Amino acid sequence: MTGFAVLVLRDLRLVWRRPGDVAVVLAFFVVATTLFPLGIGPETNLLARLAAGVLWCAALFASLLSLDRLFASDYDDGVLDLLLLAPWPLELAALAKCAAHWIVTGLPLAVLAPLLGVAFGLDAKSLLVLAATLAVGTPTLSLIGGLAASLTLGARRGGALLALLALPLCIPTLIFGASAVETSVSGEGFGVHLAILTALALVSLATLPWAMAAALRQGGE
Amino acid sequence: MPDLHFLANPARFRRFSQRVLPALSFATVLALAVGLYMALVQAPPDYQQGQTVRIMFIHVPSAWLAMAGYGLLAVLGASLLVWRHPLAALMARATAPVGAVFAAVCLLTGSLWGRPMWGTYWVWDARLTSMLLLFFLYLGHIALSRAYDNSDRGDRAAAILALVGVINLPIIKFSVDWWNTLHQPASVMKLGGPSIHPTILVPLLWMAASLTLLFVLLVLLRTDTEIDRRRLELADLQA
Amino acid sequence: MAPPHTPPRLEAPLLEVLDLACQRGGRRVFEGLSLVLEAGVLLALTGANGSGKTTLLRALALLVPLEAGVVRWQGKDVAADREFWRGQIAWLGHLDGLKGDLMVRENLLIAERLRGGDGSRVDAALATFDLTNLASRAVRTLSAGQRRRTALARVVASGAVLWLLDEPLNALDAPAQTALRTALATHLASGGLAIAATHTALEIPGARTLELGVA
Repeated sequence: MTGFAVLVLRDLRLVWRRPGDVAVVLAFFVVATTLFPLGIGPETNLLARLAAGVLWCAALFASLLSLDRLFASDYDDGVLDLLLLAPWPLELAALAKCAAHWIVTGLPLAVLAPLLGVAFGLDAKSLLVLAATLAVGTPTLSLIGGLAASLTLGARRGGALLALLALPLCIPTLIFGASAVETSVSGEGFGVHLAILTALALVSLATLPWAMAAALRQGGE
Repeated sequence: MPDLHFLANPARFRRFSQRVLPALSFATVLALAVGLYMALVQAPPDYQQGQTVRIMFIHVPSAWLAMAGYGLLAVLGASLLVWRHPLAALMARATAPVGAVFAAVCLLTGSLWGRPMWGTYWVWDARLTSMLLLFFLYLGHIALSRAYDNSDRGDRAAAILALVGVINLPIIKFSVDWWNTLHQPASVMKLGGPSIHPTILVPLLWMAASLTLLFVLLVLLRTDTEIDRRRLELADLQA
Repeated sequence: MAPPHTPPRLEAPLLEVLDLACQRGGRRVFEGLSLVLEAGVLLALTGANGSGKTTLLRALALLVPLEAGVVRWQGKDVAADREFWRGQIAWLGHLDGLKGDLMVRENLLIAERLRGGDGSRVDAALATFDLTNLASRAVRTLSAGQRRRTALARVVASGAVLWLLDEPLNALDAPAQTALRTALATHLASGGLAIAATHTALEIPGARTLELGVA
């Protein structure tokens, strides 16, 4: 078994031991999206138009919520030093941490979002599109968030700073994710949006692990 | 390409800046005075926009400089990470707030111009939105570089951020343009292109040059201050 | 216990450090530091707080950038092949490097697999530090001394040639200190090398000492 797989499985096992951390994130997602109809009013047409943006923004916030501990927990107990000293590339270790984060937040969010979409009056096809865009888009969010988490390792006011760094970089994903659902609602094609979301994920995958590894090495100094 | 490597040493930079700063300050004030006369008095009012076109003489160069400033941050970040130039860190620290201020000036003048032209202070125009996001990227850089007790760590974290940011800027710009065409047809503001009349173009370029001088002057002054601050920090450590 | 690795019986020095200099937080911690160590040697780093013991250990592991100087392993610059070099090192930092939510044995197995090993030495290492009956306790329920023993067992289980230990005696009671000395003696006898930053004398026969001065 490669170090990459060991690290992903270790993180999943740690989450399994403390499922509360993930449950809180998903609960936040549900509660935050429920607030919008209460704030805006229950008019179905309006809600259906806002659904894409609301669900995508809430998913973005929820996936950032759990990120400040992504590397900080390993930093605090000294395990980060062991990862820095593992005889395989640190880039892969950073990627493994993000992969584990995506499995326990991005993926559940993509599954959960269509259920909430029903309450916003989305049609069946748009619900599927919503799930698909989140499944393709959330890996990018995990990677960008992972970069912000590695950059703020050991910083004062880490959590708020992490959001300030990550949110502007997440905007392209948000725009194409939400607009894919929107075009689906208005009955147009959404293939281009999905293609661009995939491209964004691939660009992040190809560039961000290096930036993360560089930031982690600095954090280890 | 002139060899600027000799400036990498802070002490040598100090001697260089002390020689250059007085002349540069004088040139900046003079250029701005002439430029403002050209822009505010000499240039004719636009047949559509009236007197408000004069806002453009500040607005457009600010946008250019805000973008160029982020590019400079990325170059400084690369030279800090790759060659470990000590001066690059100090200069990045000096540049980020100046760039942020130019982005803010661009946003403010844009909304002041928008009030008479669009009837509202803020429109989700593609260019204004992109500039707003650039402003956020500046804020992140400033906050990150100052978030550590060990300022070296902050400098290098911010350098990585600047490099990632500069790769993302075109992507952000592209997605905002896309979003804009999706949500509202054609932007109202049209300025630029070869059709622009020389009576407007000359003052615009002059103002751009003067504000560039101002940008450079501010960065050099602030870098000087950063060198002093870092020296005090080191003196504290030795004590 | 079987020797964890085949001893490289070389007359040539295993580890050479030439003219090393390091900074921490903008301050030069040490400079012009040179060392030559053969297989089977324990080097104790002593010196007051802030004299740079931890920084030297981290510099040897290439966790902090070297301001000047070179580290050679079997005659080759370690910076040339960092992954190989990391594979030679077993690390004990001032933090234990253990996950509180994982069990003692799990911690060791995962750490070993992250190093690319198969974990075959884990049970023997646990026995060395009398941890066998704590093997399925979550680390967060252990005392500080028990955690330190677990971290030391992780070092032993790695089978690495070079041990870098930061205050290995911290929080250890007398039996655990004896266990550490036995483990160190076995490691050195099989051709290993150990560098330990310590306040308390390790009392290992033949140990060399390097005192770092306050800069």
